[in-house]
Amino acid sequence: MSTTTNIARRAVLIAFLLLLPSVVWGQSPSRTVILSTTTSTQDSGLLDVLVPLFEKTTGYTVKTISVGTGQALALAARGEADVTLCHAPALEKKYLSEGKMQDRRLVMYNDFVIVGPEADPAKIRGDRSVVDAMKKIAAAEARFVSRGDKSGTHILEGTLWTQADVTPAAPWYIESGQGMGATLSIANDRQAYTLSDRATLLALSKRVDLKAMVEGDKLLLNIYSVMEVNPANGPKVNAAGGKAFAAFMLAPETQAVIKSFGVDKYGQPLFVPIAGKKDEDF
Amino acid sequence: MDVLLEGVRQALGLLLGGDREILGVLWLSLQVSGAATLIALLLGIPAGAVLALTQFPGRTLVVSAVNTGMGLPPVVVGLFVTILLWRSGPLGGWEILYTPAAIILAQAVIAAPIVTGITLAAVQNVPAKFRLQLIALGASRLQMVWVTLREARLPMLAAVMAGFGGVISEIGASLMVGGNIKGQTRTLTTAMVLETGKGNFEIAIALSILLLVLVFGINWALTVIQQRRPA
Repeated sequence: MSTTTNIARRAVLIAFLLLLPSVVWGQSPSRTVILSTTTSTQDSGLLDVLVPLFEKTTGYTVKTISVGTGQALALAARGEADVTLCHAPALEKKYLSEGKMQDRRLVMYNDFVIVGPEADPAKIRGDRSVVDAMKKIAAAEARFVSRGDKSGTHILEGTLWTQADVTPAAPWYIESGQGMGATLSIANDRQAYTLSDRATLLALSKRVDLKAMVEGDKLLLNIYSVMEVNPANGPKVNAAGGKAFAAFMLAPETQAVIKSFGVDKYGQPLFVPIAGKKDEDF
Repeated sequence: MDVLLEGVRQALGLLLGGDREILGVLWLSLQVSGAATLIALLLGIPAGAVLALTQFPGRTLVVSAVNTGMGLPPVVVGLFVTILLWRSGPLGGWEILYTPAAIILAQAVIAAPIVTGITLAAVQNVPAKFRLQLIALGASRLQMVWVTLREARLPMLAAVMAGFGGVISEIGASLMVGGNIKGQTRTLTTAMVLETGKGNFEIAIALSILLLVLVFGINWALTVIQQRRPA
């Protein structure tokens, strides 16, 4: 009995002694870049490929904070980040015009899809116009799950409702308040429609029976761009690091990686690289 | 059900196969929550002992505050610690936001009231006559406190278990102040949320099994100490 006790006691003691000194502290700040970005870039696994590449070529350490686009830009505007990778053009331009962000450049795009249950209660399958489809969903009062989190996806959804001249409301309108993965799962469970980016939809295709109903409308383009944080936003903005990351995202080698990303796993690329293009090109 | 079985299978595979990323996450969680518990003990035991052994105006108010603190929502702690540690915040000069140090700080804030509250209860359970006797035998005040704490050490192990169990399974604060950065601040719980979001339910289940095994192992070791029979 007492041997067990002694071993256990020693184990606890040793565990505690090991803990303190070996904890890793933050790297030297000027070599650290804080990237404020959206959940879709993280959930798709793209950043897990790109960030190590950037760290290797430049020597910077990246701290990726992946949150909704709304929060990502709000943090950047406070100078809590150095560079952003977001997908909400209207909101991005607002921050640009306020001078909080600088030098917005397009990086890549994929597209959004309206997905829904096989039964298709609002009869929108194959519609060419996403705005018409939103009108029909509202008219049929068919269940629709919204992210409700000010993410890029949620902001686009709001724009679509406005264009359809509809104010969505409970009980058919459900706000999940969660990321894309969780929202798709809820929509699947409730046999509801929802708006999803294609990368997350592909990633969850094993678990979700919802079918793509409306796709290909120009309004459903999902354009990602990088912006640098204005150093005036806060005392510790790493402007050089932010600039380096933005340049890295646009470099031909990186764009080539983006172009092939996802092909091995899904049989099709998840993003299309578009460095050098302008909004007017779409 | 298939998902659950597959999760168990993957958990075994990840553990036995020594998957470096998973082991890194496991090790970081252990380090961070262990350090946070240690800090909470260093703060909470003296605070609990002082509260148990002294009388002062407003003591009931302080004790109520400690009891409330035992149920402090981690997400509230996460929010306030984040704001304090922002580059523009009062502690921004430390530059520890999105590092393990920030998670340790937040978790220590969560665990400290738990340790304080349980120490307070444990010390109060040592009969007052015992303390009087110590003084009568010529013990100094400090010696009295030390012997009383020794007497209460077994119930106080519950403070270690509750504190550690609370912080290692906590998610709200770790996610906010750590940022769930791969290879830097990704802990067992934040990795679980990420993998669930990605639809990798098997890996999420595997991680939860690891977390349960870890917490069980540590509680088992502490329970062996607590429950041993006098030699």
